[in-house]
Amino acid sequence: MFMEYDPAMYSRILTGLTLGFHIIFATIGVGIPLMIALAEWMGIRKNDPHYRLLARRWARGFVVTVAVGVVTGTAIGLQLSLLWPNFMQLAGQTISLPLFMEVFAFFFEAIFLGIYLYTWDRFKSKMKHFLLIIPVVIGASFSAFFITTVNSFMNAPQGFELVNGVITDIDPIAAMFNPATPTKTAHVIITCYLTSAFVLGMIGAFKILKGDRHVYHKKALHLTMMSAFVFSIATVVIGDLSGKYLAEYQPEKLAAAEWHFETEEEAPLVLGGYLDNNGEIKYAMEIPYALSILAHGTPGAEVIGLDQFPEEDTPPLIIHYFFDGMVFIGMYLSFVSMIYLLLSWKKQELMHSKVLLWSIIAGGPLSILAIELGWVFAEIGRQPWILYGIMRTPEGATTSDHVDAMLYLFIGLYAILGLSCSIVLKKMFNNNPAAHELEQRGLEDRGERT
Amino acid sequence: MSYEVIGISVLWFFLYGYLIVASVDFGAGFFHFYNKVSHKNYQVNKLIQRYLSPVWEVTNVFLVFFFVGIIGFFPDTAYYYGTALLVPGSISIVLIAIRGSYYAFNTYGSKDSKIYSFLYGMSGLLIPASFTIVLTISEGSYLDISNGNVTLMLGELLTSAYSWSVVFLAIVSVLFISASFLTYYAYKAGDVPSYYLFRRYTMFWSIPTILASVLIFFAIRHHNPEHFSSMLDLSWMFILSLLFFLTAVFFIYKKRHLGAAFILVMLQFFSAWFGYGASHLPYLLYPHLTIYDGFVNETMAIALIMAFLAGLLLLIPSLYLLMRLFLFDADYIQGNK
Repeated sequence: MFMEYDPAMYSRILTGLTLGFHIIFATIGVGIPLMIALAEWMGIRKNDPHYRLLARRWARGFVVTVAVGVVTGTAIGLQLSLLWPNFMQLAGQTISLPLFMEVFAFFFEAIFLGIYLYTWDRFKSKMKHFLLIIPVVIGASFSAFFITTVNSFMNAPQGFELVNGVITDIDPIAAMFNPATPTKTAHVIITCYLTSAFVLGMIGAFKILKGDRHVYHKKALHLTMMSAFVFSIATVVIGDLSGKYLAEYQPEKLAAAEWHFETEEEAPLVLGGYLDNNGEIKYAMEIPYALSILAHGTPGAEVIGLDQFPEEDTPPLIIHYFFDGMVFIGMYLSFVSMIYLLLSWKKQELMHSKVLLWSIIAGGPLSILAIELGWVFAEIGRQPWILYGIMRTPEGATTSDHVDAMLYLFIGLYAILGLSCSIVLKKMFNNNPAAHELEQRGLEDRGERT
Repeated sequence: MSYEVIGISVLWFFLYGYLIVASVDFGAGFFHFYNKVSHKNYQVNKLIQRYLSPVWEVTNVFLVFFFVGIIGFFPDTAYYYGTALLVPGSISIVLIAIRGSYYAFNTYGSKDSKIYSFLYGMSGLLIPASFTIVLTISEGSYLDISNGNVTLMLGELLTSAYSWSVVFLAIVSVLFISASFLTYYAYKAGDVPSYYLFRRYTMFWSIPTILASVLIFFAIRHHNPEHFSSMLDLSWMFILSLLFFLTAVFFIYKKRHLGAAFILVMLQFFSAWFGYGASHLPYLLYPHLTIYDGFVNETMAIALIMAFLAGLLLLIPSLYLLMRLFLFDADYIQGNK
């Protein structure tokens, strides 16, 4: 890369790299326990060994991704202090409580995950084993909640006073429950569920498409798509509330995401397009009144534009694409899962058609892409601030001379980890297909023996 | 007790917890690899896996707890150590990442691979060595703090006898702690050949462990006389540590009280660890940062302590359940479950 060495810029790239890699594993780490719990619960309720095996196989693959999630989570935890020492010095005074609680939540999750994985056949009652996944689901979702409150705080800092560079009047609870917390945490957690449902649905769809007509995969697909539909509707509702939060507290972030330059009433929503040399929007689709509705819930409402802010305080306009990409994929996921449900209800002969299966398969990587786009939008959209209105990003960064070398080191690390992880997962399931395991466990057509 | 002392004690205690569980874990990983390449005893490796599998994730959390906690209680450490430790800290992260991932890939993946086993066995041994850099730096004179900039003097660090003696102690202690635990675990499992093997490892690694400890004691005297003199004030803790060590080794040698022997090893490290820590106070970083000037505001301190207590209420029963199911359940250890 041909640029002048700037530790803050390299710190941003390296943090983005680590988060971008970690978030894949963190997202499914939050969502998959819930899907495992649903599958095991169905297995017990319907007394259907297929669902129990589903939970078992998901859990087996899950633990590999958890390992990568844990180590990359450790990496980002340490990198925050290594790359952003000045920011963490300030954050330590104000927002360390949820960071600390996140560790406890994860601790709780880790303990029960260890127990859950190794006690499949240990208890007489199946219910007892099912109960062990509940703390894992709770721990995972709470750690997502706590860590997201920290990110919310970066967007809407409160709970302290800054007088001449000295922090006073600290209120850790107010800092944690800042205005961004409700929408941000809800949005993060629900999309973790949605993404996980689609990633698991993708596997089922793929197997069916490859000609494996075993009812096991159909059940897997049905469970995941049903869940995905519920989560996607919730995602849309929460997404709408997130828009209203932005309009109220970070209007320049919304305005930059929407290329909304002039403050106006009855504001249209701009989709896609590009900006020409004069800063005019070209080839975009405009939906009249939609931005006013997104921002304030009524078509006539006034939406603040970028004209109200000095240029050095607004985020780069490229976030428009990240935002649009995320929203588009969200809509797509909701549409695909809805079609699946409609067909399974009215036209079952079409529910395993090639087109639909391919659309579901595409939903897997797309949902992860949406998570990435969403975080990139959230982070770049907060620029130039690391702590909104209080600390600019370069002020928080390290002054070390070696951030560039560390960047290359971590690029290498993540490349190797990502590659090994996919090889291991692929081998694990190719060497032991579900039909084979069903037979082995004596579950095929005879029901589960106790 | 002041909040400052409570804060640092809690953190120091968790780091002690990490020292023990991670040593068992890392040592086991190394022995697993060593036994595999030397074709010693496959039974041993099964035993190691049975212990490690359900608990490895928990180990890592002790560490995360420490570094998140220290930023919470002592935010100024982020400024001093954060800037200085970018390179050594990143190397530690890479090692942790390799260790955790390849452990899981090897254990849960479809085949047991020699390369994966090598990666996690060796990285496990290097992690403690890389972490000791933090302790070494805390003794002072390895950081250049001028014009509001903190830089690590890597040359001084790499050529210092003190820093290498700490690295050496870290590696041999890992092997010693781990071997003494696995001796007990193998004995409980009724796995006689493994038991003899680990007993031999324990006896073997006890010698460098105690030699390195004594070496450090005198290396500090040369490197940081102020710290050394406060260590002398607490010399009873170090003498106690030596007694624990001798009794533990005696028990293992005599093949008696193996559970107690491991507890004595834990106590040996407990008294040395807290002796070292207590004599280090009030400094977090000689001579720039003490626990008093780097402390968080009082409101946050109280909030963190409350969160900590609430967390313990949740964790202690959970940890108890984990240990009951996997560490103290004879049927599980023997492989019947």
